[in-house]
Amino acid sequence: MMNSKTDNPLQATSVLTPAELAEIDKEISHAPYRAAVAIDALKIVQKHHRWVSDESLNALADYLGMSPAELDGIATFYNLIYRRPVGEEVISLCDSVTCWIMGYNKLQQHIIKRLDVGLGETTDDDRYTFLPAPCLGACDRAPVMMVGNELHQNLDEAKIDQILKVKSSTSDVNNNGRQE
Amino acid sequence: MSSLPLTQNINEQRDPVDLAAYEKNHGYEAVHKALKEMSPADCLQEIKDSALRGRGGAGFPTGMKWSFVPMDNVSEGHKYLVCNADEMEPGTFKDRLLMECDPHQLIEGMILSAWTIQADIAYIFIRHEYHLAARLLQEAIDECKAKGYLGNDILGTGFNLEMYVHSSAGRYICGEETALISSLEGKRANPRAKPPFPQISGLWGRPTIVNNVETLCNITHIIRNGAGWFKSLGLGADSGTKLFGVSGRVKNPGCWELPMGTPIRELIEQHAGGMQDGYKLRGLLPGGASTDFLVEEHLDLAMDYDVIGKAGSRLGTGTMIILDDKTCPVGMVKNLVEFFAQESCGFCTPCRDGLPWTAQVLDDIDTGKGMKVDMVTLKNQVRFIGAIGNTHCALAPGAMEPVSSAMKYFAEDFETHIKNKACSYCKTNSSTGGA
Amino acid sequence: MPTIYIDDEAYQVPEGDNVLQACLSAGIDLPYFCWHPEMGSVGACRQCALVQYRDAEDTRGRIVMGCMTPVADGARFSMSGGSAGEFRENVIESLMLNHPHDCPVCGEGGECHLQDMTVMVGHRNRRYRGKKNTHRNQDLGPLINHEMNRCITCYRCTRFYNDYAGGKDLSAQASHDHTYFGRQEDGTLESEFAGNLVEVCPTGVFTDKPLVNEYTRKWDMQSAPSVCVGCALGCNTLPGERYGKLKRIHNRFNDEVNGYFLCDRGRYGGSFVNDEQRALFPGLRQSNSTYNAIESIKAIQTLVDWCVPGNKLAAIGSPRTSLESNYLLQRLVGEENFSNGIAVHEAALIEQISGILQNGSVATPSMRKTESADVVLVLGEDVTNTAPRLALALRQSVRNLAKEMASDMKIPLWQDEAVRVLAQDQLSPMYIVAMSDTPLDDIAAQTLTLCPNDIARMGLAIAAQIDSSVPGTEGMLEGFDTETQKLITQISDSLKGAKSPLVVSGTGSQNAAVIEAASLIASALQTNGADGNDSMLSYCLPEANSLGVTLMRNEAQISLDDICQRAAEGNIETLIVAENDLYRRAAKEQIDTLLSKVKNLVVLDAIGTPTLSQSALALPAATFAETEGTLVSSEGRAQRHYPAFLPAEQRDSTWHWITQLGQALALPGFDELDHFDQITAACAAEFPALQQICEASPLADFRNKGLKIPRQTHRYSGRTAMRADISVHEPKQPQDDDTPLSFSMEGSNGSQPGALLPFVWSPGWNSNQSLHKFQSEAGGALAGGTAGVRVLDPANTGSTSKKTNLPVESKAKKDQWQLLPLYRIFGSEELSAHSPAIQELTKKPFIQLTPEDATKLKLSAGDGLTVNIANQDCVLEVQVNTTIPRGCAGYSVGLPGACWLPPATSVNLGKAEIRANSRGDDV
Ligand SMILES: Cc1cc2nc3c(=O)[nH]c(=O)nc-3n(C[C@H](O)[C@H](O)[C@H](O)COP(=O)(O)O)c2cc1C
Ligand code: SF4
Ligand code: FES
Repeated sequence: MMNSKTDNPLQATSVLTPAELAEIDKEISHAPYRAAVAIDALKIVQKHHRWVSDESLNALADYLGMSPAELDGIATFYNLIYRRPVGEEVISLCDSVTCWIMGYNKLQQHIIKRLDVGLGETTDDDRYTFLPAPCLGACDRAPVMMVGNELHQNLDEAKIDQILKVKSSTSDVNNNGRQE
Repeated sequence: MSSLPLTQNINEQRDPVDLAAYEKNHGYEAVHKALKEMSPADCLQEIKDSALRGRGGAGFPTGMKWSFVPMDNVSEGHKYLVCNADEMEPGTFKDRLLMECDPHQLIEGMILSAWTIQADIAYIFIRHEYHLAARLLQEAIDECKAKGYLGNDILGTGFNLEMYVHSSAGRYICGEETALISSLEGKRANPRAKPPFPQISGLWGRPTIVNNVETLCNITHIIRNGAGWFKSLGLGADSGTKLFGVSGRVKNPGCWELPMGTPIRELIEQHAGGMQDGYKLRGLLPGGASTDFLVEEHLDLAMDYDVIGKAGSRLGTGTMIILDDKTCPVGMVKNLVEFFAQESCGFCTPCRDGLPWTAQVLDDIDTGKGMKVDMVTLKNQVRFIGAIGNTHCALAPGAMEPVSSAMKYFAEDFETHIKNKACSYCKTNSSTGGA
Repeated sequence: MPTIYIDDEAYQVPEGDNVLQACLSAGIDLPYFCWHPEMGSVGACRQCALVQYRDAEDTRGRIVMGCMTPVADGARFSMSGGSAGEFRENVIESLMLNHPHDCPVCGEGGECHLQDMTVMVGHRNRRYRGKKNTHRNQDLGPLINHEMNRCITCYRCTRFYNDYAGGKDLSAQASHDHTYFGRQEDGTLESEFAGNLVEVCPTGVFTDKPLVNEYTRKWDMQSAPSVCVGCALGCNTLPGERYGKLKRIHNRFNDEVNGYFLCDRGRYGGSFVNDEQRALFPGLRQSNSTYNAIESIKAIQTLVDWCVPGNKLAAIGSPRTSLESNYLLQRLVGEENFSNGIAVHEAALIEQISGILQNGSVATPSMRKTESADVVLVLGEDVTNTAPRLALALRQSVRNLAKEMASDMKIPLWQDEAVRVLAQDQLSPMYIVAMSDTPLDDIAAQTLTLCPNDIARMGLAIAAQIDSSVPGTEGMLEGFDTETQKLITQISDSLKGAKSPLVVSGTGSQNAAVIEAASLIASALQTNGADGNDSMLSYCLPEANSLGVTLMRNEAQISLDDICQRAAEGNIETLIVAENDLYRRAAKEQIDTLLSKVKNLVVLDAIGTPTLSQSALALPAATFAETEGTLVSSEGRAQRHYPAFLPAEQRDSTWHWITQLGQALALPGFDELDHFDQITAACAAEFPALQQICEASPLADFRNKGLKIPRQTHRYSGRTAMRADISVHEPKQPQDDDTPLSFSMEGSNGSQPGALLPFVWSPGWNSNQSLHKFQSEAGGALAGGTAGVRVLDPANTGSTSKKTNLPVESKAKKDQWQLLPLYRIFGSEELSAHSPAIQELTKKPFIQLTPEDATKLKLSAGDGLTVNIANQDCVLEVQVNTTIPRGCAGYSVGLPGACWLPPATSVNLGKAEIRANSRGDDV
């Protein structure tokens, strides 16, 4: 805390792009104080970079008038803020109760084998990161998973192969953050 | 007047109705009526009279909840209405349907609710994964703004209301209303001690009401059609309809609007088409992952708050999960407890450390490493974690509900696991293998 | 007072308490972790569970948390009923799942609240068979050790560090049972109060790093009630010793002074006591400038020769040592030959303040009382760096708005989270007008930086706005630009509306008009502020006994300049300097001349100083930890510190050296001064302002239940073996005739007066949490009474002191920069600067420039700059600071290697010698 004004102020704007800043500013415009948009801002940064690097986090903390420790305390609380790099798309396979009953385990093993990627890992080609997910709210179509922002239901091994095949043929299109 | 008001506009095969179509089917009539003809006190009375109970899981009477909001010092600052659209309770998939298929119904309900408590800012706190719902809601809000249903001086009445969609960043605990408020404030989603209740000191320290999506959707119809009509919809003691759901090994899993008090058996056998071939029902969690198991003997009970409560469980979210005879109850309970342990916010001890400990004991039993004394430990855990008040919020007590009831109804399964040092279901049901 | 029933027994409990606090006050051992008497309740640990019954008929009851349950008349509870006992046991068992069970190697062992609570709830059998979670520890700098695996996630650390102390670089991270408390990355904790984590953490996550590096268990430490010498606030401390070394300093509770917390200078600044450079024997200077160790007897004989009547004698005392030492020195040489050793310009400022405190009309609050202020104006002082603990108190004052809001809504103030949530970021107003940015700026409603004269003018303008009849302030407002005028109006309006306005100023700006302005504002508020307001005025002073030696001042005493003058005239043959480095009091040139003119320079000191190294005779003095003494804090509280251990070899208390000398010289009255108490009494008799100092603490003949008070705990171990490597014969324990304390474990510790508490311990309560056993109620004052005595009447009705000359507007002279004195908590204070841990945090002497000046002078941060100050070349590291006022440059005061700075010094930086990008390394 000593001498804060003598430190080189972090140049938030050199790390955060104008587009990100504009989106963050929009959130700030209807918040009672800047730090109140911490989660929205982290999500905005993540939308643009897939994850939140230390560099982004520091810049963002500076921009929101928070300390990096405080912002990281928030970032690390939420499982959908990624503080480590992820692939182009995150595969979130539901591992909660109905999907468990309906046999998600087998599908998990299948994806691990097929993509040669462990839970929490990213494929060598940086295409996918494979994460377990809590209930996705589509239990009537279990087992389910999300790839990026897209929900896939009533899964079986063949269906997963199909999804991944179609995906890989369009892998040059980066839909991250665009699809429903 | 539809007898199934919540889903009257819903057709999953097509896009949701837009503002014009919604209005055509009496949409926003209630807003015109309330803002022009009814005082906030009138509205509150109507909601109280309707005996609407919160659809978020606890079933707290909505009118009573709202009556704690201070109404005198209106000019001193903001009041907030928050729609809880976090829907992360495993086995629950009803709010998604309401938002993806009829966003205007929710917005209308929120305008009416905000009017009643005189809130000037409203948030829809929606889980991150509901991208489609979030987009549709935002579009609907934009339509409303353009049409003057939202914004300043709504319908020339001088009433102002801004509405925002806040997309969450994950974690089940955000569904707990005080944790949700912490999260909306941009903080770690630790729940807060009550009292003070959010109605007094909630979002940003101001009076705040948090209600579930389905609760708020009901407001639209109660204001439009009256409390008496709403009460008449229920089959038993509880008023209105409810979105009920069934998931698990049934022929036709899904979500349907039915009168309150619809019997469990009707839900499973009629609407969900009965069990899949080769599977028999062993038990069910009537209202999501944090409700106690019910079994065969309960099938004729009505899905009513008090009836299910008397049977030792809770109506919860009204979306039930079926345990079949080829699925291991120990494994199922382990899966549930692991979920809750993972989703603990980490604030209070019984939850943060007691749940992983419970999960570890269940894992030992499930994987053949269990010991007799583990049953004593589990019973102890139920006493330790399982009562409201033992923990800082209701997450952990909820987590123990399926544990204690499973130990009651499936005691022999626990015993054979321990005796045989193995799980016998792995062979019968490949899908649970290695769980 | 409501009556509550616990296990059917009725207890009268304080209204508004929570049940946990009420239980502890009633002597019921209800275990807890996250609750803290100063920080309130949050209900995280769930350890303080009991069963509450609806009424006498209810037999089932339900579990409630004591800390979250308000007391209510007739409420019924049980400690053992239902599953309460089992529940508390389960909580501990859960907390221990991932705990490493490493008590034998843990720095908290033996004073661990977790150990105590584990034993208290009776948990013994571990059922958990799973793997333990582990964490990576961080390097948190030289003060604090981090061992996250021991964490029980009570959230006390972040609640103290962030919520209470305003720290920013520690946080709770991750969630569920992975929750982690640390920094975002490795690095020194930035808060000046980080050291309190050591005492706040109920287990061994945050421990005292210097202690851990040379470890001794609490029960093996010998300790005594002491007073911090790190600044003038007089925080109460507990130094702990083993093997002749000061092992650590803990907080000693004083409800009116430091409460539960210290600053890091106080906690870690004491280890100069262990400096290996400290002499063990008197030293006689040889012709080749080396020293010969001599026996004390010989030293006294030499002194007698040098001090024989007729010899021209003079003596210089010190504001960093006791009244007793100063008094005896004056008595030895006569008041007309004695200077208290304060720099001349500083002495004038302190006298001015002393005059205001004695004769002014506004009360000076205790440190605790400052927390009650609802509007604060800080005028010209960087409180965190000159009176650090006060800054922590001021951080609490800005929460009064929140507390008021909570009270309006009937939310109990111990409901910590609820109170914070209600107010969010709203704070009671604090205004800071200072010379540069300060670490309190983050909680200030407005800050403004000005040079000292302008600060004074602004202060006078504020006074005039509050009360236009304040003389000499007419038209003061007009001198400011419209923006500043607006601010002046805002500040004065805000102060005028306050129930308990507080003005804080001090000697930091080295400006008499600033001090005067602060007093004028406070008295203007008293007459023209809100009805019935409780206006308060606090001054920060430089050293532990600045006020004491100033109150000891009489007309006959002479100044440092007088001494120099006398020496120059050849009128000083023997000069005795006690615990004072004269080079910190005047320009090097002046002191060099003085010392060269004195034939026999005798220096008594505990630390090595440039003055000491020029002495003809050097006498090793005892430190605060090795001797008794009375100090008067800046609020006017006289407090006594006691030796925690005896000085080694022939080190001795300054007061004892002088007594021996006086007796050897057969000076009148010295033969009656056999005991420390007699010296205190003589001092009190001599100076009217110090009349009450004898009451600061009981006299040596005080006995607690007929016994002396032990400095060692019951379990002090290995006493017979401690010196076995030297001799198998155990030496007799030293006698202590000067105090009611004994160097022994025999005696009685409990229920004695608060000033005599050498350690806290109670059966079952080995940690510092046992304090409540010594309090009148949990969190309340010590049962034996608050330590120390106020020697200044808080609110005399006397008129405001004489008027100072009004400051002229500061105008920058061409090519001249006015040097603003900037202080640093680590390094600016002389004694603590000798402590290794503090040294690691001490910056190089620096000069702060505005970015414009830096550009103009072609300097950038880190450059070395040689500046001529008071005819001495000083090498300074350039820092760029946007908050430095135009025409000024900030100058670090007192840092090792810095030159002494006369007030209002101006320098020509254009002529300074620049060493670009040397980063000061070759300094
Ligand atoms: C751990 C936990 C999770 C919860 N999650 C949700 C949720 O996802 N959606 C919801 O509406 N209510 C949830 N609740 C209930 C809310 O706390 C709150 O009671 C509800 O939103 C109130 O709305 P209602 O009165 O309309 O039911 C949860 C409660 C707990 C304890
Ligand atoms: S939270 Fe815990 S200590 Fe902590 S004292 Fe209460 S419940 Fe009690
Ligand atoms: S259990 Fe998987 S979507 Fe609900």
